[in-house]
Amino acid sequence: MYSKDGNSYFIVDGHTHFWDGSPANQINRYGEGFIKCFYDYHSNLSPEEYKWTLDHFERYSEEDMVHDLFEVGYDDVAILQSTYLMDWYVNGFNTTQQNGEMAERHPGRFIVNGRFDPRDGENGLAELERLHERWQLRGVKLYTAEWKGESKGWKLSDPWAYRYLEKCAELGIRNIHVHKGPTVYPMNRDAFDVADVDDAATAFPTLRFIVEHVGLPRLEDFCWIATQEPNVYGGLAVAMPFIHSRPRYFGQIIGELLYWMGEDRILFGSDYAIWQPKWLVERFVDFQIPADMQGEYGTISVNQKKKILGLNAARLYDIKVPGELDIVDGAGESGAIGSTPEPEAATA
Amino acid sequence: MTSRDAAWSALGQVRDPELDRPITELGFVADIVVKHGSAVRVELRLPTYFCAPNFAWLMVADARDALAARFDRVDVVLLEHFASDEINTGVAAVSDFAAVFPGDVTAVDAELVELRSVFERKAHTAAQERMARALVAAGVVSESLATLSWAAARETAPEAAAAVARRRDRLGICSTSAFCDDEGVALRPDTLPGWLRFAQTVRVSIEGNAGFCRGLLETRYGLARAG
Repeated sequence: MYSKDGNSYFIVDGHTHFWDGSPANQINRYGEGFIKCFYDYHSNLSPEEYKWTLDHFERYSEEDMVHDLFEVGYDDVAILQSTYLMDWYVNGFNTTQQNGEMAERHPGRFIVNGRFDPRDGENGLAELERLHERWQLRGVKLYTAEWKGESKGWKLSDPWAYRYLEKCAELGIRNIHVHKGPTVYPMNRDAFDVADVDDAATAFPTLRFIVEHVGLPRLEDFCWIATQEPNVYGGLAVAMPFIHSRPRYFGQIIGELLYWMGEDRILFGSDYAIWQPKWLVERFVDFQIPADMQGEYGTISVNQKKKILGLNAARLYDIKVPGELDIVDGAGESGAIGSTPEPEAATA
Repeated sequence: MTSRDAAWSALGQVRDPELDRPITELGFVADIVVKHGSAVRVELRLPTYFCAPNFAWLMVADARDALAARFDRVDVVLLEHFASDEINTGVAAVSDFAAVFPGDVTAVDAELVELRSVFERKAHTAAQERMARALVAAGVVSESLATLSWAAARETAPEAAAAVARRRDRLGICSTSAFCDDEGVALRPDTLPGWLRFAQTVRVSIEGNAGFCRGLLETRYGLARAG
């Protein structure tokens, strides 16, 4: 919870990791390049006082994480996203098992999301069931550009991906986080193309598709599909830190998102440990669309910030929000182009 | 012009397809070495180890083509990228192939051609949005943009229109209207406002990415921060 100027905000951090990117866990130069690429993101966009050494960044402790998120940070609940990358890291980068074991030591603090890879075929379907049974999954994180042997990626619209999405719907795993954005690339094929999310969102109306990094660097393509599909959401991880280094650009991103999809489908995420939620939340609460851009984008209200910082994710993950932190407001204020999210009763 | 200047000037014609800016301006040219006036070796660098390999390929191939028009021997090397080996070897091999079938290096990969075309259309869209702003700033009423002629646009906002003209050339568009879609079909008064609003999102996206990539390049190579 974060309070400022008489307003209190319930914080759900929609995107966090507990990874091991240390040299001992790296299999090859791709594993090394991946964590170094993350580190450049961290160094480039963090305020000076939040920068770590590469060594610390490669592998931080459980104590670091709990401290940064819940002790000095304002997270009420954090969602752990799994990132396997088994071709690059001996034990995986951060598997559901590793995340889950840590989460169990801090009851009520973390939500553990699983993953699947449709290239695992029938065995993978059984594995998804086992993961669900063990961790009671409410969501999964998918990397469509993840390498696997000769394959450099897959699409959500592939027939096998549909089998897995059917399984998710059957098990009640409704929150499908899709990484469409920087850092994991297949050769040649366009890793940012969100057209497959559009197809899957239409085919599975009871699932929610949270496009991570709001489709950056293809914000426009993401906005376009979000106006068409009421069950498409935008995760702000990676977009958030621009609030420090390039606040005008951040104003444009948030302005565009509010214009096209409204404030009910935007979710805060720190992408910890790339960035820390403490400063992101402080800056976001202080943030306003720059005066000379308000003619175009309007302003962002306290209630809109409350929804983005936690209430929207709480709704998707059935997280109980203390009464005084909730807001009694149904429809969005922004009058966005896209349709509003489906009412819960219609899909429950 | 010295040979080195000639190389720099040739590389200035090569654009990052996604960011729609010259690689010289983006800081992607790490080194140029010219020998005997006729052989050139260029080193390129990108903001991250994992920058999209398809775009990296296009830039290396385009750089090679641009330099080949002025130098007898051309060597373009992409530094410190996860696919450096594949791209450097691939482009060099294809360029021999291209000597037999000149002018169409990327024809070997239809997907790359399609990808390039997607970004040329986006660049055209964003350039028209910038032109609309320039025209309004120059006194044109927004309601009359849809009926404005291309000639009038060039006269009223010459700089912004020149940027549109470059993108039109690349797409092979020839329209007498100031505003048209990427097929060259003029936009109508009822469709132009919505079209321009989406074009704004395209522009914000492209410009934002350019700034982000610039920042990452500075961090990666410890460069002085650009103003």
